[in-house]
Amino acid sequence: MGGWGVSRTEERLAQHKPLPGQERKERFLTTSGMPIKGLYGPEDTAELDYQRDLGDPGEYPFTRGIHRTMYRGRLWTMRQFAGFGTAEETNARFRYLLQEGQTGLSVAFDLPTLMGYDSDHPRAEGEVGVEGVAVSSLADMETLFDGIPLDQVTTSMTINAPAIIIFAMYLAVAEKQGVPFDKLSGTLQADILKEYMAQNEWIFPPQPSMRLITDIFAYCAEHVPRWNTISISGYHIREAGATALQELAFTLANGREYVRAGIAAGLDVDAFAPRLSFFFNSHNDLFEEVAKFRAARRIWAKIMREEFGARNPRSWMLRFHTQTAGCSLTAQQPYNNVIRTTIQALAAVLGGTQSLHTNSLDEALSLPTEEAVRLALRTQQIIAHESGVANTPDPLGGSYFVEALTNQMEEGVWDYFRRIDELGGVIPAIEKGFFQREIADAAYEYQRRVESGEQIIVGVNAYTIDEETPIPILKIGPEIEAKQRERLARVRRERDAGRVRAALARVREAAASTENLVPPILEAVRAYATLGEIVDELRAVFGEYDEIQIL
Amino acid sequence: MPTAAVSQRKIRVLVAKPGLDGHDRGAKVIARALRDAGMEVIYTGLRQTPEQIVDAAIEEDVDVLGISILSGAHNTLVPKILDGLKAQGADDITVVVGGIIPTDDARRLKELGVAEVFGPGSSLKDIIEFIRRAAAARS
Repeated sequence: MGGWGVSRTEERLAQHKPLPGQERKERFLTTSGMPIKGLYGPEDTAELDYQRDLGDPGEYPFTRGIHRTMYRGRLWTMRQFAGFGTAEETNARFRYLLQEGQTGLSVAFDLPTLMGYDSDHPRAEGEVGVEGVAVSSLADMETLFDGIPLDQVTTSMTINAPAIIIFAMYLAVAEKQGVPFDKLSGTLQADILKEYMAQNEWIFPPQPSMRLITDIFAYCAEHVPRWNTISISGYHIREAGATALQELAFTLANGREYVRAGIAAGLDVDAFAPRLSFFFNSHNDLFEEVAKFRAARRIWAKIMREEFGARNPRSWMLRFHTQTAGCSLTAQQPYNNVIRTTIQALAAVLGGTQSLHTNSLDEALSLPTEEAVRLALRTQQIIAHESGVANTPDPLGGSYFVEALTNQMEEGVWDYFRRIDELGGVIPAIEKGFFQREIADAAYEYQRRVESGEQIIVGVNAYTIDEETPIPILKIGPEIEAKQRERLARVRRERDAGRVRAALARVREAAASTENLVPPILEAVRAYATLGEIVDELRAVFGEYDEIQIL
Repeated sequence: MPTAAVSQRKIRVLVAKPGLDGHDRGAKVIARALRDAGMEVIYTGLRQTPEQIVDAAIEEDVDVLGISILSGAHNTLVPKILDGLKAQGADDITVVVGGIIPTDDARRLKELGVAEVFGPGSSLKDIIEFIRRAAAARS
C-alpha cells in the first residue's frame, strides 16, 4: 500500500491546510503556549515503536503506566491535603476525611513551621496556624495523630527545609503508639531544590540541604523501608508560572540530582531509588497534561536504567501524586472552579496518577471549608466510579495527537537537560538564576496572553458578571496563635531541660561531622526540643541561604 | 497628556513582600508590568519585616507602595506597615495590596488607609491605571 498511503497522507494534509479566515484564531496554543497543528495523523506517529517507546502497562519504559492492571487492580489514592489552626483542629479534619472515604492523610504545615520557626518566634506573628497546622514540638505531633494508628494510614507530609526534624517527630509518635518503623508508610516532600527554584521556602544553603536529604535516604533504606523519602515536586514550579514542559524538565532534572547525591553519598542506587516519588501539577489543558505524565514515566525509566544503571525495575518506575492547579482557580464566579478541577483531575487519571488531591472551589479566596473539601473529594469519586475512565489503562495511548505531544514533551526535556548540564548542573544553574528567570519569563508571558485576551479565562477576562464573594469562607482567628503559644510555653516548662541541652549539643556535633543526622535529631525530639531549637543548631553549623533576586 | 510633574519624574513604586511565604509570582509579574509601563520599580525581595518595608519606602522616596501578601497574615502585617508610615510622616505614600485577601478583610484594610486591594484575576491594565492616577493626584 506504500505509495498509495503516502499520496493519501499528502492529499489529506493539503485538505487540512487552512485557508485564510477559515479558522477562528490565528494560532492555537496549549495553556503553556505550545503551538498545536490543524490535524494530527499517522505521519505524526510513524516513528513510534510500541515496545521501545510505549510498552504495555507495567513494562519498561512504562509510558502507559507502572502497573499491569492500573485502576482495574486498584484505584488511585484519594488524598486531600489538610491542615489549619492547632493540631487538635487538624486532627478533627483528618478524622472527618477518613470517615468520608479518604484513603490517605496529607499534612499542610503553617509557614512558621515550614521556615523552621517555633510558634512563639517574633517572625511567626500573624502566621501561626493560618496556612496549615502549627507544629513546634513532639507534643503537637502527638495531638495531630491522636487516635489515628500510624500503621493503618499512609501519611504525606509537605515539609522541606526542616523535613528531617518533622520526620523524626513522626517516628517518635510511632514509637509512642508502639508501631514499628517498618510498618510506617507515607511520603516526606523534602524536595529542597524546587524551593530554590520556585517556592522559596529554604533555610540552609544547597549543599548541607542535600546532605539532610541523603541522610534521610540512608536512614530509611535501613529502618523505614516502606517510606517514600522524597516527593520530587513540579507542582510548585508550575504554580510559580512555569510551563508544563518546564515543570517536567526541572522536576526530572532535580530527580537526577538527588540520585547523583545518593550515589555520591555511597548508597547503592537500587537501595534508595525505589522509594523516590514525584508530585506534579495538573492544569486545564487536558491533552498537554496527559502527555506530560506519560513522557515523565518514559524519561525517568530511561534515566534510571541507562544513565544510572539501576537494575531493580522498581527503580525505573516513576510513581507520582497529582494536585490540581491552584493557580488556575479564580476568585470570580468561584463555582466555575469545580469544572476546572474536574477537567484537571480527569487529566491526572488519564495520565495514570497514583494519588490525587483535588482543590476546593473556594481556594482562590481562603482555605477550604469542610463542604468545599467534600465536593472536591466527590469529584474524584465520580471520576472513579461513574465516568468509566478507570476501566482500562492509558485509554489515550495510541492517539496520534497524544503520542505526538508526548514525544514533543520528551524532546523538550532532553533539550533542557543539555542546557542545565552546560551550566554545570542543577545547583550551579540555581545559583546563576537560570530556573528563576525561565519561570518568571513564562509567568509574564502567560499573563500577557491573559491581558490581551488571547488566553480566555471564563469569569475573569470574558463572561464576567458583577458580583460580591457569594460563598462561605473559612476563617482562622487570632486566638489560635495565643492558644498555640500557651501550649508551647507549657512544653518548655515541663520538659527535662538538661536532657534537651545535651540532645541539642549532640545535634550540633553530628551536623559538624558526616554522621547521619536522623538518630541525634530523633533523640532531641523525644526530649521535646522544639523545631526552632533544632533548626538553630543546624543553622549554626550550616549557615543560611541568600535569596538570588531575579526580576 | 501627562502633567508636567509626572513627565519630569518617573513614577516610583516599591513592590514589597512581607510575611513568611515565598510566593513571588504575582509580585514579579506586577513589577515587570509596571516597569514596562515606564515606572521605576524597586523590589524588596522576600520575607521583609514591616519596619524594613517602611524604611525602604521612605529611603527610595516612592510614590506608591505595593504590598504582595499570600501568607494570610495581612491583618497583622499591613496595619503595622501603615502605622510605620504614619509614624514617620510618610502616609502620603499610596499603599496598594495584592494577594488572596477575603472581602471583609479587604474592606477593613481600606478603612485603615489602603488605597486599593487587588485580588486574584485583577488585570494588569487596571493596576497600572490605578497607580498612574494615584501618583498624579499626589504630585
